[in-house]
Amino acid sequence: MNRQKSSGLLQQLIFVGPSTIFFLIIIVVPFLLGLYYSFTDWNGVSGDVTWVGFDNFKQIITNDPDFGKAFWFTVRFTVIGIIVTNVLGFFLAYFLTKPLKSRNVLRTIFFMPNVIGGLLLGFIWQFIFVKGFSALGSATGWHFFNLPWLGDETTAFWGIVIVFVWQTAGYLMVIYISSINNIPKDILEAAEIDGASKLQILKSVIVPLVMPAVTVCLFLAISWSFKMFDLNLSLTKGGPFRSTESVALNIYNEAFQNNRYGLGTAKAIIFFVVVAVITSLQVKITKSKEVES
Amino acid sequence: MEASKQYRWGTLVTEIIMVLVALLFLVPFYFLFVNSVKTFGDLLTNSASWPKTFEWHNYSRAWDLTNFPSALWNSLVITVISNVLLALFSAMASYRMVRHNSRFNRFLFMIFVAAMVIPFQSIMIPLVKVTSTLGLMNSIPGLIACYLGFGVPMTVFLFHGFVKSIPLEIEEAATVDGTNIYGTFFRIVVPLMKPMFVTVIILNTLWIWNDYLLPSLVLQSPDLRTIPIATFAFFGQFTKQWDLALPALVLGILPVIVFFLAMQKYIVEGITQGAVKG
Repeated sequence: MNRQKSSGLLQQLIFVGPSTIFFLIIIVVPFLLGLYYSFTDWNGVSGDVTWVGFDNFKQIITNDPDFGKAFWFTVRFTVIGIIVTNVLGFFLAYFLTKPLKSRNVLRTIFFMPNVIGGLLLGFIWQFIFVKGFSALGSATGWHFFNLPWLGDETTAFWGIVIVFVWQTAGYLMVIYISSINNIPKDILEAAEIDGASKLQILKSVIVPLVMPAVTVCLFLAISWSFKMFDLNLSLTKGGPFRSTESVALNIYNEAFQNNRYGLGTAKAIIFFVVVAVITSLQVKITKSKEVES
Repeated sequence: MEASKQYRWGTLVTEIIMVLVALLFLVPFYFLFVNSVKTFGDLLTNSASWPKTFEWHNYSRAWDLTNFPSALWNSLVITVISNVLLALFSAMASYRMVRHNSRFNRFLFMIFVAAMVIPFQSIMIPLVKVTSTLGLMNSIPGLIACYLGFGVPMTVFLFHGFVKSIPLEIEEAATVDGTNIYGTFFRIVVPLMKPMFVTVIILNTLWIWNDYLLPSLVLQSPDLRTIPIATFAFFGQFTKQWDLALPALVLGILPVIVFFLAMQKYIVEGITQGAVKG
């Protein structure tokens, strides 16, 4: 009896131990330390850390226009980014589930940008916005290409949206394709026999039945856009004039450029709370709209 | 007859439109490749045109200046070892957690799932302190330890759902035949988990290979640089020297593009699987 119990404990240690240890050291401990440091004036270098109560949070809310600006940028970017990339991803999937001859090649092409990391993508597009667009502008004479793209607040915002959509639409397309392919053929046929037009089928049959995929894709897109860092860093570095600085980049700069670690961790905690609330709300809302086929 | 003709006409129009959209998607790659082999003067005159001459030595200069072989090797080592350990440890943990559904294991699983919400930026600052205290800074094994910690929640979550779908009877038969729990796991359960191993490895490979922020915080020595860090450092040094920067970018994206084209079928399956579970 006793031997069985101890071998059970040994099994638990061997099977669950390794992942739990790494998880504790790398995630749980820093997370708890972060909670503590957010109430201190830690600067990352000196040993003495003073408890300052809610001062960091007060300062962030009342006296840090750049953080507010970064938050507002991130919210605007997330809302626009997720709508555009989901609409594009869905329509790519909708058309690529039709019997096109080139559909496999096309799927590959649309997905390809996604395997490249955001950092390298940002550098590639920096070249395109700076040099490529001006060449296209002088070739076509279109005003669109002659805009100051990364040099102006509005166009820099849309520049990041363009690259984000280019990077992520193909990934969402893959999920939408599998969801559209899972719609039972007899439902689509029944709708056709009843005389529904293509648009009606799309609106009243396909869209309600891919709602579970919409949940997943919105979830993914929100989590990518809200936490965007790499692309932001390499494409605009938050510029011009910190107008395209995401919250993630703001936290990074606060800690590792300004060396205000305490303030940075306080921002990081706020960021965590917001991400957690948005994620759980979003899952709840979209789940309630799902339809069983 | 009329209907099928109309149908084909519509499909053809769709096909043409989609091919045009795909070409639009490829334009950035055109700019990247074409300009990476131009002289600096040619590139400045007209970046949209076909190269007048092909300056392949742009590539050899970028190869040397970024120390590309070293970056490629570091990226490979980090990605492969992290992947193997992450998949192994997570598979073991989720197997035990499903088959021994104790209160502790249910609690642990709940914590894993909850931790998936935490953004990296929310822990990176104290993480730097923890890793330097433990001597994990500026070392590849230290970085791998970090990837194990960050990868465990998601990977366990994916395996957990999969193990639940494996029928218990097969394992019971093995136990009756006298195989112990470790033998049962490695010889019977692991082969059954193969599809999920593929999914997990694909998802983690794309994440770890492309990750910039974590390695940039942990690794400082130039000889430990991964591809994203080497690219970033190179850009800091040669801003606006596009005849060097572009070939460096092509070199940087080439391995992952090759991986994608070779493994495309599995990547698409992996994403679909991961999305269904997630």
